[in-house]
Amino acid sequence: MSAAFLIEQLLNGVQLGVMLFLMAAGLTLVFGVMGLINLAHGSLYMTGAFFCAWIAGATGSFWLGLAGGFVAAAAAGALIEVLVIRRLYERDHLDQVLATFALILIFSELARWIFGDRPLYLDIPAVLGGAVPLPGGGSYSAYRLAIIGVGLAMAAGLYLLITKTRLGMQIRAGESDREMIGALGVDIRTLYTAVFALGAALAGLAGGLVGALQSVQVGMGEPVLILAFVVIIIGGIGSVKGALVAAILVGVTDTLGRVFLPQLFGLFLPPSEATSVGSSLAAMAIYLLMAGVLAFRPKGLFPVDVQ
Amino acid sequence: MGPEHRRELIVNAVLALALLAAPLIAVTLDEPFYVTLASRVAILALAGVGLNLALGAGGMVSFGHAAFFGLGGYVAGIAALHAFEDSHFIAWPLEIGGSEHMLVIWGIAMAASAAAALAIGAISLRTTGVYFIMITLAFAQMIYYFAVSLPTYGGEDGLSIYLRATLPLVDADDGLTFFLVCYALLAAALYFSHRLIGARFGAALLCARMNPERLATLGIAPYPVKLTAFVLSAMMTGLAGALYAELNGFVSPAMLSWQRSGEIIIFVILGGVGRLFGPVAGAALFILLESFLGGWTDRWQLVLGLILLAVVLFARGGVVGLLAGRARHD
Amino acid sequence: MTEALLELRGLSKAFGALKATDGVDLTVRPNEIHALIGPNGAGKSTLIAQVAGGLRPDAGRVVLLGEDVTGWSVARRARLGLGRTFQVSSLALEFSVLRNVMLAVQARESGARGFWKPVRKDEGLRQEALGVLARVGLDARAELAAGALSHGERRLLEVALALALRPKLLLLDEPMAGLGPEGTRELTGFLQALKAEAGMLLVEHDMDAVFALADRISVLVYGRIIASGTPDEIRTSAAVREAYLGDHLHAEKA
Repeated sequence: MSAAFLIEQLLNGVQLGVMLFLMAAGLTLVFGVMGLINLAHGSLYMTGAFFCAWIAGATGSFWLGLAGGFVAAAAAGALIEVLVIRRLYERDHLDQVLATFALILIFSELARWIFGDRPLYLDIPAVLGGAVPLPGGGSYSAYRLAIIGVGLAMAAGLYLLITKTRLGMQIRAGESDREMIGALGVDIRTLYTAVFALGAALAGLAGGLVGALQSVQVGMGEPVLILAFVVIIIGGIGSVKGALVAAILVGVTDTLGRVFLPQLFGLFLPPSEATSVGSSLAAMAIYLLMAGVLAFRPKGLFPVDVQ
Repeated sequence: MGPEHRRELIVNAVLALALLAAPLIAVTLDEPFYVTLASRVAILALAGVGLNLALGAGGMVSFGHAAFFGLGGYVAGIAALHAFEDSHFIAWPLEIGGSEHMLVIWGIAMAASAAAALAIGAISLRTTGVYFIMITLAFAQMIYYFAVSLPTYGGEDGLSIYLRATLPLVDADDGLTFFLVCYALLAAALYFSHRLIGARFGAALLCARMNPERLATLGIAPYPVKLTAFVLSAMMTGLAGALYAELNGFVSPAMLSWQRSGEIIIFVILGGVGRLFGPVAGAALFILLESFLGGWTDRWQLVLGLILLAVVLFARGGVVGLLAGRARHD
Repeated sequence: MTEALLELRGLSKAFGALKATDGVDLTVRPNEIHALIGPNGAGKSTLIAQVAGGLRPDAGRVVLLGEDVTGWSVARRARLGLGRTFQVSSLALEFSVLRNVMLAVQARESGARGFWKPVRKDEGLRQEALGVLARVGLDARAELAAGALSHGERRLLEVALALALRPKLLLLDEPMAGLGPEGTRELTGFLQALKAEAGMLLVEHDMDAVFALADRISVLVYGRIIASGTPDEIRTSAAVREAYLGDHLHAEKA
């Protein structure tokens, strides 16, 4: 096993982590500011992916597709916020889970209706089609490297947004005292719609980016959604910083686990058993990580005092 | 007995009789398909009765009950596989093989579900609110991925059950007989739930949902009460899973999926969360939608989603709530 | 000398730089009402939470009925003999008034045990619960949902729930809050009579009630007990007047 291979897998882990961060950031912001758990977040990811693939296919430009997916997801987010989500802020979590689960069903069926049952394909843009040489002698997909770049840029952008802008100030105030900011004259309704749409846009962006790596199909959002839940539990619900740290942690653990656990067990078990035990453990690895973190930090790594 | 109690009793009786009558009528009309359908309703209702104890009474929003449903199913599948092949599940330190006896399978399914619920509940119940929902979901996913990665037991494709297990005195292979067995178990679970909620344990559990601080101030710690309810709830759902696998002759990781967890919650909510016969009404409604609407359009899940959304936003009490009025706890 | 019902020894709790409880010593003797007063922000709620079990102190001991309960849970302390009312009524709102009290009686008798005996038909529980309700004057409202009670009635239900436990020490967190003069008068009389059964740690803002009821008064300011003694001693204490009246005192002298 060479250093180049290890670096490649580490980068894969970071790339997965950065995608998870884009999903988790939206989830954790919405929960932090509005106290709402949103299962339909995966559907927004899927919406971004579908629109990206469709627009890229129609215009031939990946970039237009990506922008289109970003905007479509934001619009879809704003639409459901106004129609459905805003009725749920005062309700208990069970109602929020059920209503957003219903939205998953609706979104999935609408997607099947509009785009059909077959997956859509999205091509990596030609300019990023090559490989970049790595220290240690290997090379890495330029596209995946670009994804890492975009993700980190988004993280930096969010940081600036939250710490340096007026909207960010309102978000932080909303996280610590929801009732107060209303009393202070902040337009809550618009703020909430904006936060929800922002989260949706990030999810849509992630969907578009990943769509070129895997295919775009109905149901692609939910496995990522559940991983994003694991991320925000580990990171601390409400904390964007926690989401970034936990996302990278989860991405790397999952990737390295899948690659190396079977090999690890291969050291002292016969090959077929090593693969099956190793793969099983790898599949469970991030959940075991989550349980481990919770054992010591029941509210995650960076808990936020969220109401 | 107040008028509201009487109304609910009537609604419950009608549901019970309708569920019993439907397959009997189907048999006389020689439509075995509807007998199978009725069995599905009974089994899914049983899964829902289990969840209702944790969710409706105890306020524990478990998004991972499919873990127990699937566990029960896999117990049935694995037992059948080893019985069929005459091989062992574990060879050391004890020799445990398969089984062809349904009673044995039920017992193991409930025991396995109880053990899993004890482990999952012990950790999850230290959290509340959103954390609890997500953690139960995550644990169920863990078990799902574990099942997918086990080639011996079918992995992603699942396991077929070639021979349905047997029961003493009756022919479990006969559709109507199997339905009656499921119906009897459902009735037993309903009775058990009813007695439990009406007893001292139930009073403590209901208070644990309404106001855990108040319960602790009275001298009863909420955690053990909730954990016990969670385990009992899992046992009922696990039993349903074993029956489901026997009915379909098949078990796969899909029984462990988050979608399945969501569906079980849907039955309970559509029927009326916290109402005794809620899961029965909900399961019946769900199966009717799936079979009749599903036969008519592929988009039936869209309709289901819209109905669910409407129920959550406007008709929180579900079917039983609409028919029998609000729940009363005195 | 009879053993104190409650002893707080050097209790301390800080939130970051804020010392909410700063080395508090306090005792409650059998059959006495010990009132705890202090200006807003003095740390009364934090102190009550540490006595009841909801908050762990950073240092010091809570000794209840001779037992060191510093590490005990809320439920365990209740079972030992601690009854408590909340400043903001904490009730099982979907249950009827009667069922709330029946639950309290049940808790005292057998906890959550009992899988088969139906509660609704349990005459023993009903009668005892009705008896407690009659004592606080709520028996006519027994069948109403707790959520339907008026504010004053909810305070009475809080007291009933605490009484149903037959506690040896009662922790009363602003029981008069929100009661009108009539209600305050009645509750004061009730607590006066209750002294014979249980000692009380009474946190209150209503000074008339405090001076009418208390055998001893402790004054909490910025987490510290600045004075502790009989009502007369407290009334005439310069330190207390300073803390409470501050500028007024200076204004009077000028």
